[in-house]
Amino acid sequence: MDFELSPDQAAFRETASQFAAEELAPHAAAWDEQGIFPVDTLRRAAEVGFGGIYVSEDVGGSGLSRLDAAVIFEELAAGCTSTAAYISIHNMAAWMIDRFGSGAQRERWLPALTRMQTLASYCLTEPGAGSDAAALRTRAVRDGDHYVLNGTKAFISGASRTDLYVCMVRTGEEGANGISCIVVEKDTPGLGFGQLERKMGWNSQPTAMVTFDDCRVPVANRIGEEGQGFRIAMQGLDGGRLNIAACSIGGARACFEAAREHVLERRAFGRTLAEFQALQFKLADMATALEASRLMVHRAAALLDRGDTEATMHCAMAKRFATDAGFDVCNEALQLHGGYGYLRDYPLERFLRDVRVHQILEGTNEIMRVIIARRLLGR
Amino acid sequence: MKVLVPVKRVIDYNVKIRVKPDGSGVETQNVKMSMNPFDEISIEEAVRMKEKGVAEEVIAVSMGPQQCQETLRTALAMGADRGIHVKTDDVLEPLAVAKMLKAIAEKEQPQMIIVGKQAIDDDCNQTGQMTAALLGWSQATFASVIELGEGTAKVTREIDGGLETVDIKLPAVVTSDLRLNEPRYASLPNIMKAKKKPIEEMDPASLGVDTTPRVKTLKVSEPPKRQGGVKVESVQELVSKLVNEAKVI
Repeated sequence: MDFELSPDQAAFRETASQFAAEELAPHAAAWDEQGIFPVDTLRRAAEVGFGGIYVSEDVGGSGLSRLDAAVIFEELAAGCTSTAAYISIHNMAAWMIDRFGSGAQRERWLPALTRMQTLASYCLTEPGAGSDAAALRTRAVRDGDHYVLNGTKAFISGASRTDLYVCMVRTGEEGANGISCIVVEKDTPGLGFGQLERKMGWNSQPTAMVTFDDCRVPVANRIGEEGQGFRIAMQGLDGGRLNIAACSIGGARACFEAAREHVLERRAFGRTLAEFQALQFKLADMATALEASRLMVHRAAALLDRGDTEATMHCAMAKRFATDAGFDVCNEALQLHGGYGYLRDYPLERFLRDVRVHQILEGTNEIMRVIIARRLLGR
Repeated sequence: MKVLVPVKRVIDYNVKIRVKPDGSGVETQNVKMSMNPFDEISIEEAVRMKEKGVAEEVIAVSMGPQQCQETLRTALAMGADRGIHVKTDDVLEPLAVAKMLKAIAEKEQPQMIIVGKQAIDDDCNQTGQMTAALLGWSQATFASVIELGEGTAKVTREIDGGLETVDIKLPAVVTSDLRLNEPRYASLPNIMKAKKKPIEEMDPASLGVDTTPRVKTLKVSEPPKRQGGVKVESVQELVSKLVNEAKVI
């Protein structure tokens, strides 16, 4: 067992951390405040290889592992958690096309996706089907060489600004086996968007409902077989959960480092805050939580890379643990900053708002417990 | 033509430097190290020359301990074709580095050596000039633009009074300044490809260079802590302080 990063992984981390420090961190506050989706920055990120981190190289991907991706997303998120999280969603959607798409589909969509010339959204959740995703009701009815889609997807990251919508829709019976995965391109007649949601965080990416109103999509846009969609969606989420967990670690690490600097400098009662044992213990606990989170995420990523049958449970454990710990660390770091932590002049409150949603999406942390318990109890 | 670029492994520019308690130097244990930023600029310039078709090969050289190979890998990932590692745990001063660069240049016959104008650890700003002198080559320091001609180069230099343009004959040593270019990020696929590029290992003895330091470090200490200012009541008091205490007028 070797817990060290390989020289390659150290180099990936270095590149990602440089990119985050120079291209993300300086703009994160403005993107958050003004709701800017930084498409140019995304394209620069893709030039470095972040557009298809674990997509195959023949279509422009970087061909790396989930473990490599976890290392990279932690660094990117330390610069701007919200933007890193969008990049992770784009990666997840691109991977689904790479892994389950036909040769023609891969050729058609992936070269532009890996360069982030086109951007992707992942559409599973519906207004009436969140945690119970298999109950989704958006229908796709076969009509010759087309499917006709009707229904609504909710909480879609990138919606209205992205180019490809990787949608889970019902083509058959009730339940998970009646779901197929269909790619809908922007500008398809019948594809519409709701108003931009007003959110607590994740403000550097738009979120909106996606509506289908007799939206005709060629059968050639279906990824995999009819009825395979739910499994594709869930496999995408295994990796997606690790990415999001890594994003929580990155955001929390940035907050932890800010708090560490702060207690070394800030004085009260004639001493620096760092000289108060209660605060020392707090920092120690924060660092421990970060380390534990990182180990769990890296271990789950290694299992996913190996195709281990227990990977799904470990991804759920890592996601649950790291996103809870990540939020707590941001919150403690904010507390250590006192009143300053509450001000927008400091990045703490932004990181806190951004990582909060990681406990909710890609499967809520309650659903993570359902996944773990189901495996433990053999149901 | 071949371009040779020395790259130095230094403490990362983001690290807060700490002096060792015994005053013998600065703390480098468990400290993040990276390529000297001016050397990144030099590599970028050489790689751009190759992309434009005016250079055929870019060779990165690093001198120092085993970990210098990480710095060389970064240079290779940015686009250098191969690396040379002069492996040594000795403390290297600019003169020793320049002598070794001369030995390598005589073997490799590059038309240009692009050296960072200084390294951000010791800020010597000597290696490029010494290398040019030892080789008897032209030199152009603090370059913000390099335009290659036929066996010549036109180099715009950043000097105190503004910009100065010099024409030099090749082979030449050019030192890069901050505004020469903005270095690229080593992309993930290029980091993977860099693994396959060769790094040749040698040591100072095989280059016939004695690296014994000529300078003795007596003590390394932190700069004095900044003192708080004082408010003065009147112009007279200000002038009197400037004359009698600060002794600046």
